[in-house]
Parts: sequence; structure tokens; C-alpha cells
Amino acid sequence: MSYTKRFDGRGFEELRPMSAKVGIIPRADGSAMFKTGKTTALAAVYGPRDLHPKFMQNPETGILRIFYNMMPFSGHGERVRPGGGRRSKEISMVIQNAILPVLDLKDYPNAVVDVFVELPQTDAGTRCAAITAAAMALADAGLEMKDLVCAVAAGRVEDKIVIDLNYYEDSHEDGADLPVAVLPNSGKVTLLQMDGDMTKEQIKECITKAKEACKKIYEVQKAALKERFVKR
Amino acid sequence: MTEEVLAKDKEIVVPGEIVAVGMSFLPGKGTYREEDKIVAQRLGMMSVEGKVIKLIPLSGRYLPKLKDRIVGKVIDVLLTGWRMEINSPYSAVMTLKDATSEFIPRGADLTQYYCIGDCVVCQVVNVTSQKLIDVSMKGPGLRKLRGGRIIEVSAQKVPRIIGKDGSMVGMIKQATKCEIIVGQNGWIWLEGEPEGEVIAVKAIKKVEEEAHLGGLTDRMAAWLEKETGVKVSPQAQPEQSEEAPQQHPHHFGGSQ
Repeated sequence: MSYTKRFDGRGFEELRPMSAKVGIIPRADGSAMFKTGKTTALAAVYGPRDLHPKFMQNPETGILRIFYNMMPFSGHGERVRPGGGRRSKEISMVIQNAILPVLDLKDYPNAVVDVFVELPQTDAGTRCAAITAAAMALADAGLEMKDLVCAVAAGRVEDKIVIDLNYYEDSHEDGADLPVAVLPNSGKVTLLQMDGDMTKEQIKECITKAKEACKKIYEVQKAALKERFVKR
Repeated sequence: MTEEVLAKDKEIVVPGEIVAVGMSFLPGKGTYREEDKIVAQRLGMMSVEGKVIKLIPLSGRYLPKLKDRIVGKVIDVLLTGWRMEINSPYSAVMTLKDATSEFIPRGADLTQYYCIGDCVVCQVVNVTSQKLIDVSMKGPGLRKLRGGRIIEVSAQKVPRIIGKDGSMVGMIKQATKCEIIVGQNGWIWLEGEPEGEVIAVKAIKKVEEEAHLGGLTDRMAAWLEKETGVKVSPQAQPEQSEEAPQQHPHHFGGSQ
């Protein structure tokens, strides 16, 4: 079987329509919204602030905590039990690992930066949208970062390599998806996961194409961050 | 090899953005060097001073610096002093010695000097690498704050609210007839007639929102005149500077 046309009619390397906005939560120290197709991520940053319980404090550097959460009515509305679980805990951890290489919290010993990422509607690619939104929110919070972080999922549907999979492609029986987080200026990869199976060549192709797609996401992030201060 | 500044002066840049290429440029605050490039390390506004490239922060929490005058609130009474909330990731401590020149006998009830909830204007006298912060009440204009109200602004916008040699806050004071104390930590105390206070709060919020835009002083002068009917001019007020004798003990001076 051959996948000749994508379910939603996009090109194979085309991203879903994206939009981003920074400063959406005035009470937070930094915040951002990132939307790709029907997946929406809202990120709010609080801190650096006092960290309790005290045993978690690190006197050498501040720490980063990510709280990833899909809202109960997101997805197909099947997440009736709200709050964290095994999946969200794991994703929070991988997002933290994806962002920490660029973030410098040495100036904030014993403190914590909390990032809350909520997903009110989801159509696959949530961890990537969460990383993209969290990076913008952290920049908005005025923290020192070496670079932004952009993320997108690449994957295989039947015989084709596709970018930014939606739920139908993600859950297709013959396929795989491979979320990639990239530091846009250095091209370094800070998140690489895979669900499904692919050949070595296909994985290489996925990473190359995901890096290419991240450049477009970076432009959206950059424009949103600058727009916050340009208008009015 | 070409050497050039890629981002314009006063342009907003994002973390990771290459702002200049060339070994002759020096990375200042908020930037770092990557081979021959100068790269932005935070969200900020470009500032090129000769060969030094730095970024003016637009957001972020207050980190205490030595000699900053700040507005603080007592949150706890300790054995030998008071703990203060200073709108920063870390709380500060004011010791007995720094609190007053009065003699405090051993075992005295410290709440007769400062109670939980009291607000003061104080000065940062020590910051350690682990961000243990000491503040003091000894110095001209440092006092307990009674009455009035405290509003919060972004600490990064405080230099614009004060203005050059206190010109901006002086203008607001002149127009609204309020007493205003701007703490470097983004807490601002003000007291005056209710109408004046309301206009002063609006004016400060307006400066905060438009801090990164040019021509702000003239715009604020016109706005204040329209709101209050008082003609104000943005001249630097000599008694606002820190060196001048303090006729008004609560004036804060200096721009950053």
C-alpha cells in the first residue's frame, strides 16, 4: 500500500497552520500560546521563586519543573479523569530534558522555575507543541537562554515520511512517529523519541526533514516574541 | 572577514539570535560569544555602545543588587531581626543592628519596632553568592511606610519610571501632588489625595506599558496635563539625584 495523499490534504513536508502569541497570561512571569492545526498548548512560567520542599533545593543552581497536562475535554474527550498520570509525568520529564540544555539558572541557587503547559485541545503532536510554547514562555519570563527550542514530530505513514502528524496519521496502523526538538541556531537535537518502527534510512530522513520544519516554527516563535513589544 | 552588527540599535531580539559578527565586538550583559559571533542570551532590546553590545532586559524578576533602594514587607519576626518579602525569588533579612540606631535590649519584643505586614523602604547592604540578602534602614530617606498604597510594576521598567535624574517620577509627583517612592524591586509606594493617587497609578502603569517606546517623556507630559490640568515639564529635578541634600527624605534618584 502506498500513502499517496495525506488525510488532511497537506503536502508531505507541510506543517499544519501555526500561530503563536506571547504574554497571554498577565499574572504569570512569562506565558505563551502555540497552536498547530487543532493542537493548542498554553504555557505559563512562574519564577524563579522559592522552592519547597526544601530537600529539592539545589544550592548550585536553580531547577526547572515542567507540568504537562492534557485537559479532560481534550483529544476525543476521553480523558475524563483529570490530573497527572504516568504518561504526563514522563512527558513532563522529557520536555524538561529538552529545554534544560539552553537554560541557565546558575544565578538562582535554591530556586525553582515552574512551567505549566496545558493543552485545551489536542490532535497529536502535543509534546512538541508543549516544548515550543514552553520555550517562548521562558524567553518571555526574561530568563537567560542560549537559544530557543522548537519541536515537531516527523514520522512514517505506510511508505511515506511525513511532518507534523495529526491524530489520524499518528494512530495509523502502519506507521511510526518521531518527535524531534531542535535548537534552531546550532541545529542540535535535545529530544528524540520514536513510537513504531522505521528503517535507519527513514529515521535519518525524518530527522533531516524535522530540522528543516523547525526553521519555520522558529520564525513563528521569533515573530510572536518580538510582536509582544512592538505593537502599541 | 566582514564585521557588522546584524540587529539594529533598540531592536527587540530573542534568545539565540545572532546580533553581531566579528571578533572586535565585545559581548556585554545578556549576550555571549560563539566563535566570532555575538549571540543574544535573553529576550531584550539591543544597545550598541561603541564595540560593546548589550541587551536591555524587558522582562524578568528582580534580583537584588548592592545599594538598591527597595520597598519591602515584613513577613516574619526572627530571633535577631526581621524577614522581608522584596518581590524577588529570595527574601531578605534585616538585622537588629541595621534596623534602628536605638538600643534594643536583649529579649525585647521585636514587634514593637516592626510588625508582620509593615512596609518599609530600605537598602540592600549585602548579597551573597547563595543569594542571602541583608537590608538596612540606615540611610537618608529610609523609613517605615504608613498609609498610602503600594503597587507592583515590572522591576525591569523601574529605570524608565524614575526617568533621567528622576525626571519622570518628578513629573508625576508634580502633576498629581502625590508622594511617590519607587523601589528598584518594582514596588512603588504612593500617597496623596484619592484623585491624585488614581491618576498617578494610571500614569505609572502607562509608563510601564510603553517603557520600550521612544518619546515617552513628552507623551507623558502631555498626558498628565490633560488628566490633571497641571502644566508639567520634564526637567531633571536636582533634589532627585542621590548626591543632593535630601530636602524630601523619600525621594529616589538616579537612573540606571
